[in-house]
Amino acid sequence: MAAPPLQLHTPASIGPASGPGDIKSRPAWSPYDDNGGTCVAVAGSDYCIVAASTRLSTGFSILTRDCSKLFQISEQVYIASAGFQADIRALQKMLQTRNVMYQHIHRKPMSASALAQLLGNNLYYKRFFPYFTWNLCVGLDPEGKGSVYTYDPVGSFERVGYSCQGSGKDLIQPVLDNQLKAASPLVLPSENWMTALPLEQAQDLVRDAFVSAGERDIYTGDCVEILTITTGGVHRETLDLKKD
Amino acid sequence: MFRNQYDTDVVTWSPQGRIHQVEYAMEAVKQGSTAVALKSNTHVVLATLNRADSELTSSLQKIFKVDDHLGIAASGLISDGRSLCKFMRSECLNHRYVYESAMPVTRLVREVADNAQVCTQRSWKRPYGVGLLVAGHDKSGPRLFYCCPSGNYYEYLAHAIGGRSQAARTYLERKHEEYPDASLDGLIGHALQALSASLAEGELTATSCNIAYVGRDQDFKELDEASLQPYIQALRDAEGGDGGGGADGAAPMES
Repeated sequence: MAAPPLQLHTPASIGPASGPGDIKSRPAWSPYDDNGGTCVAVAGSDYCIVAASTRLSTGFSILTRDCSKLFQISEQVYIASAGFQADIRALQKMLQTRNVMYQHIHRKPMSASALAQLLGNNLYYKRFFPYFTWNLCVGLDPEGKGSVYTYDPVGSFERVGYSCQGSGKDLIQPVLDNQLKAASPLVLPSENWMTALPLEQAQDLVRDAFVSAGERDIYTGDCVEILTITTGGVHRETLDLKKD
Repeated sequence: MFRNQYDTDVVTWSPQGRIHQVEYAMEAVKQGSTAVALKSNTHVVLATLNRADSELTSSLQKIFKVDDHLGIAASGLISDGRSLCKFMRSECLNHRYVYESAMPVTRLVREVADNAQVCTQRSWKRPYGVGLLVAGHDKSGPRLFYCCPSGNYYEYLAHAIGGRSQAARTYLERKHEEYPDASLDGLIGHALQALSASLAEGELTATSCNIAYVGRDQDFKELDEASLQPYIQALRDAEGGDGGGGADGAAPMES
């Protein structure tokens, strides 16, 4: 599990060991819990793939094998969130409300970039009591190219060609870097963040990434929901993972 | 209307027991352009007449979507209508956020009416100058209400408000037995017929009117010009043939 940005004192995070002269005491109760899960997104020249595992955990137990972490905002714009499920749900509700307000005012659906900014702003509003969520925002940009925005829990975000968040992030990120990252940032212009992979290969890569992460990360498993967003629509598939 | 001594503000009664300012506000609705609404057992249809002042301008938007299951048509001071629409949208969104379900139509209409009533009993406010036809669908089925500047609300099977709306109401009353079992197309046809009854001159075209509907398994939807054209055509065909030709839907239209 990646380190939280603040000392959130979750049960899973181990603080400094208390010694005899240590005056710091740990709180008996934490407002947060980590329900695990991993999300991955890959942007292509005319597609966007977003995938998330469906296992919901707490501590060393499984709460459910069938919990979706993908949330649709408009026809081709999705948010994928891993982390504390209560905060995820609260965030999704709030974004949906803001999305409806946007549509009333602007009489058109939110674009991926508009939602990306909205999400970043709203996460930062709670800078001093954060949503314990690891988010990805995906959609097609106005040119039809895939766009992926990656966030930390307090709203620091950027547009990237691919990203992963959640409990399996550290296992998957090097794999994606190896397959998708340009050889050297000095060789290619910095705007070329689109992966050159064709759709089928990118989908295979995402499936492999989850299967691999499921082997070692106890919070990733059961099933992966994979959405492929193109101008033709959204295609959904599920891939079973190991149940252990 | 003649000048009254007791009509300066809304907090003064006349000796006859009337509040003239409220009645004047209702006059403002009658000065607006026509809006028509009717419902069947499954759908509610709203129709408004566009009154563009000249060829150089477009007309005001008079139909507003409030939520997926609810929309309104306004007649009178459309700016007041927009303000009420904002309030209604906010209430519906709030309800959805808290209860994860659509706001019941009657509840929202009552809130609008209570809002309007406040404006009839404050010395620093004025009554709303807009009448709203509220078309919605919830667990109790399709509902149609009229919200008045006075703060009253009435439920209708079919209604028309605005300028020359009496002609539309006459048409609606004549045909009202056909509405409950009518198909959506039939309802739209009736709405257009009623609307054309209120035309001062000329014919309805796809640019001179607006249609919206909501119903069971049907989110509130406003028809664009292209989708409206077939209904206008059907209206012309029905009027062209004597005694009504084969028009859309279950309800035959007589010219």
